[in-house]
Amino acid sequence: MEALAHQILAGLATGGIYASLALALVMIYQATHLVNFAQGEMAMFTTYLAWSLVNAGVPYWAAFVATVGLAFVLGAAIERIVIRPVEGAPVLAVVVVFIALLVILNSVTGWVYTYTIKSFPSPFPKEMALGRFMSPHEVGAIAVTFLVLAALYAFFRFTPLGLAMRAAAQNPESSRLVGIRVGWMLALGWGLAAAVGAVAGMMVAPIVYLDPNMMGGVLLYAFAAALVGGIDSPGGAVLGGFLVGVLENVLGAFVIGNELKLSVALVLIVGVLLVKPSGFFGSVHVTRV
Amino acid sequence: MALLEVDRLYAAYGQTRVLHGLDFRVDEGSITALLGANGAGKTTTLRALCGMVNTEGEVRFAGRSIARRGTEDIARLGIAHVPDGRGTFLNLTTEENLRLGAYVRRDRRAVEADLERMFGYFPRLRERRRQQAGTLSGGEQQMLAVSRALMLAPKLMLLDEPSFGLAPLVVRELFEILRCINQAERVSMLLVEQNAAMALDLADHAYLIETGRVVLAGKSAELKADDAVRKSYLGY
Repeated sequence: MEALAHQILAGLATGGIYASLALALVMIYQATHLVNFAQGEMAMFTTYLAWSLVNAGVPYWAAFVATVGLAFVLGAAIERIVIRPVEGAPVLAVVVVFIALLVILNSVTGWVYTYTIKSFPSPFPKEMALGRFMSPHEVGAIAVTFLVLAALYAFFRFTPLGLAMRAAAQNPESSRLVGIRVGWMLALGWGLAAAVGAVAGMMVAPIVYLDPNMMGGVLLYAFAAALVGGIDSPGGAVLGGFLVGVLENVLGAFVIGNELKLSVALVLIVGVLLVKPSGFFGSVHVTRV
Repeated sequence: MALLEVDRLYAAYGQTRVLHGLDFRVDEGSITALLGANGAGKTTTLRALCGMVNTEGEVRFAGRSIARRGTEDIARLGIAHVPDGRGTFLNLTTEENLRLGAYVRRDRRAVEADLERMFGYFPRLRERRRQQAGTLSGGEQQMLAVSRALMLAPKLMLLDEPSFGLAPLVVRELFEILRCINQAERVSMLLVEQNAAMALDLADHAYLIETGRVVLAGKSAELKADDAVRKSYLGY
């Protein structure tokens, strides 16, 4: 019983990280109707930036804030420079651009930092009172995830800029008519998604260690989370993230063994697409052909 | 004084020319109507004014050239567009739709007052305040579109078929409110309508458009008395 509780709580911690990355996927999906396959590598790359800063002697939280800022700029720049030119291009062309981004970020990181696995520091204390069920890092990661999610929710729900971004994503033409600069809203959305991804990267790195391929598995879980929740539902993606995290951990520990954990994500992706393609909270889209 | 001056305006969708050198003007504080049959180019004219289609020719707003400027810049100058199809933000609430109309304004207190004023004009919108705009009826969405445009505190309002799909009683009410807004707030209006009789009642001036050209222009009263207009557009 105690082992099960432990696995569930540990699953919630990684689930929060999947939830953040799934949310980043959903944010870009809502604006572009495409899944950004490079989301994981963007997070990985910015986590390396954080590692450089910490190694250069910058205090952890200062490096954390700087990395989130850099990730935002990087995300917005990618939108302006790489994605803008293929706006309105056929879906496959954009997907190829996403995959190119993935490969470029992956190889550039490997080239600059080498493929040797590095350890990444956790900002949370080594020991704590509650330590019987969860490691301090897991508790900290959950807290950070909730802070990020709450901040994003408040931003989109209560600020005029957040409202304008939602408007630009769902009706660009009407948005222009009320004076919203839709192009900038898209860049802002990419920046925010990259910033959220950077947080996820920095929270997962102490667990999976830092290497250029660290996000491969995480991104798969995030895809599964986004699909389970519904690819166009931010709240659904977050719930899906926690669900996938817990499922992965519990099944990995008691049913299929740790080696087959990743297949949980793949089974979920295929299962959801077969049985309920819109996910639990997504809306069904009908197109006349 | 002309608020909007349009000089030999051409517009095209891809290779297809839709407007062939249109000339017209909207006087400050007046209501001007563009009349014409389906496909005459009325909607395209409004879209051309807002930079939503490729154009040639000159458009001056309050003395400044706005031809070929971005749609969002034109909106920021004070031109509000009630678009064809209403342009509702379907997944946002009624109130969020209205607040988006005032997105470029910085006078927050006046925005709150304007919000109340819209709810005064259209009490139905107050009842539906927290409801998703996509669940509103066609008439309510039309009221929402007009209110959203007014929330910009515009100098000029472009209205594309505001009567479309509305019950006659609702149309009369809506046109009454438009007249009231025009007189009380001196908002100039350019109105595109298929319902020529109602449009001529409301407007001071009117232009008749056929296949992308102005074929007749004058005061509304003159056009109403014109035999050709009467037969083709008023139906008596």
